[in-house]
Amino acid sequence: MVSSAEPNRTEPSRMSRLPPPQRKTPVRMTETMVEVKSKFEAEYRRFGLKRNGSGGFQEFYRLLQTIHHIHGVDLLLGYADIHGDLLPINNDENFHKAVSSANPLLRIIITKREGEPIVYGTNSLQRRRKGLSLTGLRPTGSGTINSKNKSSLLIGPPQNFRQISSIIDVDILPETHRRVRLHKHGTKKPLGFYIRDGVSVRVTPQGVEKVPGVFISRLVRGGLAESTGLLAVNDEILEVNGIDVAGKSLDQVTDMMVANSHNLIVTVKPANQRNNVVHRGSKNSMGNSGSVDSAGSTGSVLSHDSPSPASQSNPITASSSIAEGDSEDDDDDGDIILENECLTVYNPQTANKRDSVNLNGELSRGGTHPSNMGRPLPQSVSLPGSIGASLGYSAHATSGHNGSLTRTASSSQDSIKEDGTELTL
Amino acid sequence: MKRFRRHGHESHRDRLKQELFQFSKTVEHGFPHQPSALGYSPSLHLLAIGTRSGAIKLYGAPGVEFMGLHDENAAVTQVHFMPHQVEMVTLLDDNSLHMWTLRAHKGLSELLEIGRFMLTGPPGAPPSVTRVTAVLAHSSGELLLLGTEGGHVFVVEVPGFRELEERNISLDQVSNSVPDDYIGRRNLEHVEALHENPTNPSQVVIGYGRGLMVIWDLEKQCAIQHIPATQQLESVCWTEDGSYILSSHSDGSYCRWRVGGQDETEEEEEEEEKSDIPYGHFPCKAITKIVQLPTTEGPPFLLFSGGMPRASYGDRHCITVIHRKIHVALDFTSRIIDFFVIRDGPEHTGDPSVLLVLVEEELVVVDLQTEGWPVIQTPYLVPLHSSAITCSQHVSAIPLKLWERIIAAGKLQNMHYSDKPWPIIGGKNLAPDPAQRDLLLTGHEDGTVRFWDASGVCLYPLYKLSTAPVFHTDADPNDNMNQSAEGEWPPFRKVGCFDPYSDDPRLGIQKIHLCKYSGYLTVAGTAGQILVLELNDESAEQTVEAKVVDLLQGQEGFRWKGHTQLDVREEPVQFPPGFQPFTLVQCQPPAVVTALSLHSEWKLVAFGTSHGFGLYDYQQKNTVLIKCTLNPSDQLALEGPLSRVKSIKKSLRQSFRRIRRSRVSLRKHHVNNPTKLQEANARLEAELAEMELAPVQRKIEARSSDDSFTGLVRTLYFADTFLSDSSHNTPSLWAGTNGGAVYAYMLRLPTVEHRADEPVTAQPAKEIQLMHRAPVVGVVVLDGHGAPLPEPLEVAHDLARSPDMHGSHNLVVISEEQFKVFTLPKVSSKMKLKLTAVDGSRVRRVGVAWFGSNRTEDYAESALVFLTNQGDVHVVSLPHVKMQVHYPCIRREDVSGIASCVFTKHGQGFYLISPSEFERFSLSTRFLVEPRCLVEAPLHLGSSNQHRAEPDGATSAHRTTQHREDAESAARCVMEHALLNDEQVLQEIQKSLEGDQMSFLENNVKKAVV
Repeated sequence: MVSSAEPNRTEPSRMSRLPPPQRKTPVRMTETMVEVKSKFEAEYRRFGLKRNGSGGFQEFYRLLQTIHHIHGVDLLLGYADIHGDLLPINNDENFHKAVSSANPLLRIIITKREGEPIVYGTNSLQRRRKGLSLTGLRPTGSGTINSKNKSSLLIGPPQNFRQISSIIDVDILPETHRRVRLHKHGTKKPLGFYIRDGVSVRVTPQGVEKVPGVFISRLVRGGLAESTGLLAVNDEILEVNGIDVAGKSLDQVTDMMVANSHNLIVTVKPANQRNNVVHRGSKNSMGNSGSVDSAGSTGSVLSHDSPSPASQSNPITASSSIAEGDSEDDDDDGDIILENECLTVYNPQTANKRDSVNLNGELSRGGTHPSNMGRPLPQSVSLPGSIGASLGYSAHATSGHNGSLTRTASSSQDSIKEDGTELTL
Repeated sequence: MKRFRRHGHESHRDRLKQELFQFSKTVEHGFPHQPSALGYSPSLHLLAIGTRSGAIKLYGAPGVEFMGLHDENAAVTQVHFMPHQVEMVTLLDDNSLHMWTLRAHKGLSELLEIGRFMLTGPPGAPPSVTRVTAVLAHSSGELLLLGTEGGHVFVVEVPGFRELEERNISLDQVSNSVPDDYIGRRNLEHVEALHENPTNPSQVVIGYGRGLMVIWDLEKQCAIQHIPATQQLESVCWTEDGSYILSSHSDGSYCRWRVGGQDETEEEEEEEEKSDIPYGHFPCKAITKIVQLPTTEGPPFLLFSGGMPRASYGDRHCITVIHRKIHVALDFTSRIIDFFVIRDGPEHTGDPSVLLVLVEEELVVVDLQTEGWPVIQTPYLVPLHSSAITCSQHVSAIPLKLWERIIAAGKLQNMHYSDKPWPIIGGKNLAPDPAQRDLLLTGHEDGTVRFWDASGVCLYPLYKLSTAPVFHTDADPNDNMNQSAEGEWPPFRKVGCFDPYSDDPRLGIQKIHLCKYSGYLTVAGTAGQILVLELNDESAEQTVEAKVVDLLQGQEGFRWKGHTQLDVREEPVQFPPGFQPFTLVQCQPPAVVTALSLHSEWKLVAFGTSHGFGLYDYQQKNTVLIKCTLNPSDQLALEGPLSRVKSIKKSLRQSFRRIRRSRVSLRKHHVNNPTKLQEANARLEAELAEMELAPVQRKIEARSSDDSFTGLVRTLYFADTFLSDSSHNTPSLWAGTNGGAVYAYMLRLPTVEHRADEPVTAQPAKEIQLMHRAPVVGVVVLDGHGAPLPEPLEVAHDLARSPDMHGSHNLVVISEEQFKVFTLPKVSSKMKLKLTAVDGSRVRRVGVAWFGSNRTEDYAESALVFLTNQGDVHVVSLPHVKMQVHYPCIRREDVSGIASCVFTKHGQGFYLISPSEFERFSLSTRFLVEPRCLVEAPLHLGSSNQHRAEPDGATSAHRTTQHREDAESAARCVMEHALLNDEQVLQEIQKSLEGDQMSFLENNVKKAVV
């Protein structure tokens, strides 16, 4: 999830000072019509829309393009719902929802798709209440947990939605335990948690016994672990990727977690046992975590009060997913192997003048040049499997695989093969 | 093997594993850490050393070694052999006494603890009453006299440890008879010394701390004579003829007292009772031990330790030897623990021949019969840490030629040692001769490389290479041991080789690579220096030119804040025979060299630091390749090494330790109040517990390219393999970094005829970035048969099967977290073995080893052996990277031990268990080096008694027979005692009956042969 808020787009003070829109659409307050106020950058348009049978999303999209004279620009549509939340419109379903819930005004916010993605949030529009006295938008005492929550929860644009965590194996684990899978791939977001030694109390046939255990000691704000809402400080770690950590030192557990960081599955005994997963059908809330896990894969726990666009669910992950050799996330496929007979050739004479090495992140310069190297040999770039997984890891690697395979233009280098594709790490 | 696997014969594989692998720790090489007690048995010719950690080690002839460990974790304070027996008594810091014996079992001796004992005082008595301060193993072999802090002497019968209360000599008995005019009679203090009359076993002298000495008759139970010394007593020595007693005192004086004074005239007594402060005038330190030994002709030897003038030489550790006009103060570099003198003759009664001194850090043996009293080279107990060990390499199966040349070079260095054969010759070494010649090379902080014969049980020094002469160092070359001017008083002479103070930490050796076939050696050091050396039998004058290699390759924005490079001597330097440097490569920045590899066939040396790696052609003296692996955002790598900081810290710590040690040595052990000690210990424990309570947390984060030291080169490897296509094999260089990257370069070597003039070229061929980004610690290429490629020149010397070049080769990349096999020439992942993800341990050390079956001669396989950060050793099969066996080896807290581990090519390994000791372990069933030795009890138990008793004349015969009877009854008593009081002892006896009978039989057979 991208969590950077962008307040300037909806700043109330700027809005009020703006001149009125030039081409007003006649507004009639009829029951069949919805008053629409759309905003693109600094411009507002007001127009009416039939509440029933007003076509689909595509039609509405084209209408807005016409009204705002912004043809050929990729747009993102959002609307303010009754709770004051900014929610996206990107299909017929949520368009109709938006229209039907408009009361009385439907406020549309249009943004360009390029640049930084807009952030949808559950209370991202609340700050407008003062300026525009939009209290009417929001019935008091709606009872949602989120409305009382001071820290805003952020909802990314739909195309950015992907699985970042899941609760798995609910059916085979005791109710007091929780197995959480953190999907690190594709994000630059840190896993963001710390572990510590501690003392765990176990009930054994011999009575209560104190044994050493490993606990979560800290969650980094904005980190993956925190954003899932599934892990909390003082949760005891019982297993890492299916391997019991009993008897292992803190350093061992650390190393195990780091080694599995691309697909980390931790089994914890939550410190707060009130929010435990109860087998299927339970409507227990996740407390104030309100997990944004978009793909509540087990479909059992994530009862979200606000209408979330991420209601689609992935197939339930079987318990075998933690077993070794899980091909989907196996890191085998993540190794980047560059094979080239002539990457760069060291030339002692020019070595000191030439920046012969492109280190991480530095893009190689383009350009071709003749070469008189030995026998021509095939070169290849092998990046088997999940490209996505490696993309997030190394920016330089993506540059290589997106087809922008560049050649190092070292004019002083005459030893690079004619058809050699230059790749540098 | 493949076949078994295919058919799923797992049980067969299990059986094979048992035939191939077994783990044992076989022998400890080097010098025991923190020795605290010394003992010697003249009849067994065995030396015993006790340590502060409660270990007891016995040494005899080279190869004869025994080791035991007390269950109590307390320091051994005294070791006494029972005269003419194979038993030995140890006294520990916790006041417990232990009886050890060497028992023969299946033709080999074992060191066993057979009993333990703690003095029990009368109820309500303070603990000082029974706190043992002096032990006398009586020559009868049946009695132990224990002097205590309370001033009592307890008599205990051995080996059963039965207290003979009626024979105890209580303080009251003694003080009643003390002359009234003796000023210290009110408080005699503890028993400082117990000594037996060499001519009359029934007389002992009891020396009390206050100074009084009492000659006591054990049979008559009365004092015979009082010697009224008034200075604090340190030690007592009864001269050989029984007529004098020497006492040494805390003020640095010693006195000679006539024994049996009643019959003598007053004048004579006056004459004989002379007192002397040898280093007099100004206040002196105590003489802690004094010994006088007669010679057959001429004056006796007088030896004593300490007694130096307090102000000017109070910090010296000296033993003074005086004979005729010769007076030498042997000056040691560490604290003296104890010393003894070995004498000529079968009964250890002849002229003094050898002085053996145990100091804190080494054993020094001085030849007293050769002019100038030279030192004898010890065949074992060599201080490995005479300068701190910084790295090591093991080279198996050295060709005889090279071996002889190294030995010859080493002999020239050892000219100052005595030719006298090693004097400690007890026991028989029954171990078979080593199958091959193995070398262990250790790099040291002072820039030396030491070559050790690691073929057998004794780690014997062969040759020492010093790299310091290549550079200008702060140390003045003339500032060495022989600084003592003529006529200096005291007449100091430096002895011993323990010298941990490095002139310049930059000289420290970090990596070593020896090619055993060509005699080329390359060593690399802390300040980015790489020396290539060649073995030369003649001394030669050479100028070593430095070739500077810029590993940064023009990367901007660097400021190297670490140490500067070493200054190279520009003038020619005379190098003695041995390894002589001919090329110096200087990395820039001068960071620690972290990887090094030599290919003597291609005449190339590859080296790496935290900034990158390079390839140097030492024939043409030309750089072939430089590759910067540095991540520009890695500030830590830029600013300088941590090792320099560490080194300063270390040396500071050492000097503080030295100061503290010299202070500690002022006070003797028994002055310590035990309750105070306990208090201190309790306080320490509480502090420790508190420290453990402090919250420790670990960050869980995936590795990224921004981590520190990702560019650090961890491993370099040469291979002749298929890099570009599967039909042409080419030379290649592989480098692995800390950030999980592997770089492969294809090398093009000119033909042999043009090797000298055509350039060697290197082209980048492959780069692999492991996704898990763990440090790459090893790269191995497997041939078509799945066997690791042989070493350079190995095939040329017919010592290895040539690699299979027809099948496809495989690349094994060993990272700290997993083992991965890739195909070649197209690199694609084939199989892998995860380690860290499964059990949380990480690879620290890895090696390729060859394991032979102990059942059939012709079956063997190659495998990877590795040591984890948890201290476990594992064996992983090749080429399938399957876990075979694993054993716990080192404590996980012992970080330096884990870091020091080195594997041999035949499944053995070494690691440091202390700064001065290597533990050798073996994973192989076929290659095992362990002590196998036999010590026999002295044959004539009675005869020596007879001999010693001769001066007494007619009574002696009677006495010996009486002894015999006593011995028998004593044995009965022991049995009874054991039966009644100690089931454990009984069990021990029963258990060992078989072994005893065997040794008894053997002894009989030998007697018959004699």
